[in-house]
Amino acid sequence: MSKYSRRQILLGGAAAGGALLVGYGVLSPSRQQVAQAAHGSEDEHFVTQWIRIGADNKISIFVPHSEMGQGVLTSVAMMAAEELEADWETIEVIQAPGEKIFANGPLGQAFLSNGATIPSAIKGIANFSTFKIAEMMNLQITGGSTAVRFTGHHGMRPAGAAAREMLIMAAGEKWNVPLVELEAAGSKVVHKKSGKSATYGELATLAAQYTPSTTPPLKNNADFKIIGTPVPRVDIPAKVDGTAQYGIDAKVDGMVYAAIRQAPVFGGELVSVDKGDIASRRGIIDVVEMGDAVAVVADSYWRAQNAANDLDVEFTAGDFGDVSTESISAQFDADIAANEGEADVEKGDIAASLGASYTHLDAVYRVPFLAHATMEPMNCTVAFNEDGTCDVWTGTQDVLGTRGFIASVAEMDDDKITVHPLMLGGGFGRRSAGSPNFLAQAVTLAKQVGKPVKLVWSREEDMQHDYYRPAVTAHMTAAIDDHNNIDGWQNKYVRKDEPVEASHIPYAVPNQNIRYVESEVHVPYGPWRSVAHTQHTFFNESFADELAHATGKDPYIFRRDLLKDKPRHLAVLNKVAEMSDWGGALEPGHARGIAIQESFQSLVAEVVDVSLVDGAPRVHKVWAAVDPGYVVNPDGARAQVESGIVYGLTAALYGEITIEDGQVMQENFPDYQMIRMADAPVIDIAFVETPGAHPGGLGEPATPPIAPAVANALFSLTGKRIRSLPIQNHDLTDSQHLASAAD
Amino acid sequence: MAITLKVNGEARELDIEPDMPLLWVLRDELGLTGTKFGCGVAACGACTVHVNGQAVRTCTLPASAAVGQEITTIEALSDEEKNLTALQQAWIDHQVPQCGYCQSGMLMAASALLSENPNPTDADIDDAMTNVCRCGTYPRIRAAIRSVAVG
Repeated sequence: MSKYSRRQILLGGAAAGGALLVGYGVLSPSRQQVAQAAHGSEDEHFVTQWIRIGADNKISIFVPHSEMGQGVLTSVAMMAAEELEADWETIEVIQAPGEKIFANGPLGQAFLSNGATIPSAIKGIANFSTFKIAEMMNLQITGGSTAVRFTGHHGMRPAGAAAREMLIMAAGEKWNVPLVELEAAGSKVVHKKSGKSATYGELATLAAQYTPSTTPPLKNNADFKIIGTPVPRVDIPAKVDGTAQYGIDAKVDGMVYAAIRQAPVFGGELVSVDKGDIASRRGIIDVVEMGDAVAVVADSYWRAQNAANDLDVEFTAGDFGDVSTESISAQFDADIAANEGEADVEKGDIAASLGASYTHLDAVYRVPFLAHATMEPMNCTVAFNEDGTCDVWTGTQDVLGTRGFIASVAEMDDDKITVHPLMLGGGFGRRSAGSPNFLAQAVTLAKQVGKPVKLVWSREEDMQHDYYRPAVTAHMTAAIDDHNNIDGWQNKYVRKDEPVEASHIPYAVPNQNIRYVESEVHVPYGPWRSVAHTQHTFFNESFADELAHATGKDPYIFRRDLLKDKPRHLAVLNKVAEMSDWGGALEPGHARGIAIQESFQSLVAEVVDVSLVDGAPRVHKVWAAVDPGYVVNPDGARAQVESGIVYGLTAALYGEITIEDGQVMQENFPDYQMIRMADAPVIDIAFVETPGAHPGGLGEPATPPIAPAVANALFSLTGKRIRSLPIQNHDLTDSQHLASAAD
Repeated sequence: MAITLKVNGEARELDIEPDMPLLWVLRDELGLTGTKFGCGVAACGACTVHVNGQAVRTCTLPASAAVGQEITTIEALSDEEKNLTALQQAWIDHQVPQCGYCQSGMLMAASALLSENPNPTDADIDDAMTNVCRCGTYPRIRAAIRSVAVG
């Protein structure tokens, strides 16, 4: 198992996992019986592991994902309800608890099959195996834009369909009629001939006796009644009246509060703490030294944070006190030059192409470290109970993974720990289980003080102790042949991240060499919305734009010509050109830019309209054409595209974490600027569906194209090519191009 | 020391330091956790409440400065029967919140704007709505505000 990381299962689109299918016996899973024992009752029966039906016809759908605003509780439940032929009004959605029985087998299954459908002949084995794997790996991750495309498509639709079959079988047995005469709709089974009718609730006890099929027939998209209709998100009402409970809102009897100060240089250690008068201040309970941090525990968060701020603390800089943003860039350039690296893509003969007497174009592209800056700072509440159990309250993208992590830190068995998943005030990858520094601290503190502890990070700690989107450098070279065609594409970059295909280009370029060099730095990395697609789409789509201009072609036409064999790419590219009236008249002082990327099995093309306002770039409008296969909840899907664009635009225009003396220089929102209402663009979105296609994700794919689209528009406007982010570091006002345009 | 604050129409006696920010009084002393902590430096607006009907960021507002003022939090934006305001309903109709963490502050800022200026222009909305939303719900917030504007 160690060969496959949990993150690879999310992101490793091209990895082969077939070998995992063997080695597990064919046993009846009976997973619904296990769920029944834990969460069922005489009046509530699990017909599959994910679907519980009450005698009152209330249907509870257990969703093994965390709600962080992406609407996952609604969209994934819609997919089960669709196949179940349920009346949406009878549906209640529950986030699956962090228990092994709710490990996300479909996520593992999608990985094993590379996102395709597993052949029915081995479906039972695959199903069982992948659930065992999911249990072993504590797989309950929300990330990688997987909820709809993996859990929904591979798990919830089959679960709903299997449950529907079982309910029909139950009616057939009850009424002693042939199954073909029965119809399921609106959370009822009807026998038209006899006029008999029963709610699912009336059939659930009997239905739960059957074993759910692993290969139930699924509906054709044309027959969808719920999928494709705008269903209001179930999590929204509690978010307009202050009742939604986030991790930071956890309240436990006897709870105390902790604030923390961590070594500012990653890898640094605590040397000394001068507590001054702090121990005698009101409400202070303890000052806890923790190796690389010091925490103050008090009877209120404010008292704890105030005291922590006032502590006189000395930390070492470890081995990294002289590292800076500049030294990291220089290290990357040197390592790229000195190493051959590993190949992502080798196609044709790049040496010949670059050696030929063609026109060659070289460019060095860079992106900086980025913080996630979720609105809700990191926090976790831990209580060790007298009976040897432990309760944890936090917002997490990985409930089971968090439980496993807490168990390892606390040195307890998993099943002694209950993780209470609360709402996430933003995730974007920060609250995935690979980024657990605050969880470990909360465990240590609760053990130390012998009381339930709520640890809350200040915004400054949150910004300076993130797991950052890595800084990445790419050295790009292209060859243009004598007929003005792109003959060669070379990209050598630091460093490789998932998904593995993020660095690939969709364009028909005969000679390609894309390779990476490892170059370690001390700044911790973690997944950041769309992961490696953010950097590579900026590099590739900006460089493609350079080539369009170098060959004298319109950037849209250039892309269209090189995507002739990619119908889904072409469809979104043409759609966005049509929506934005590409090539049409522009307002004076405005320009357009275009970019496209496939990520997480969805295709997104974006066009932006920009101008300079008081010398600073202003993005007025964004058009996005999106092909996610099929759309589950149209308004929710639209919201995700809007969100991805604004998140990516913040990074493109402003986002930069810099390092000096080994530590992060930014502290809070005043020096880590965000898009706000006044700079938010108008966003126009169109979905282009591909009937029969596997669904793609939507939480992330709108983010990657926005940075290059804006940079490309600014090139058209100013003649200045932006090869490093953020854009705010570039002075665009002294442009010849602009001056001549104004004449 | 003893401080009395009028929160959501009710006088609340508190034994707190006068410089404890109103945010932490609301959250930790009174259990009104609908008001959120985002930055601690009045930069993001997650902690916005109404003080005498004005939108105020409470993470830097000392409790002593709120004495004698009418403090209203998200919990009391709707009426006593929990009927949502037209603005809150517009938030649902436009499916505004994503993660939702900033939305208490957004709603308090928007309702203060509308009570002062029932028909705000886009520029008015830009000027009044300076809170941060990391999920990027700005277009929907604008649409929701406009949908309840009078005029």
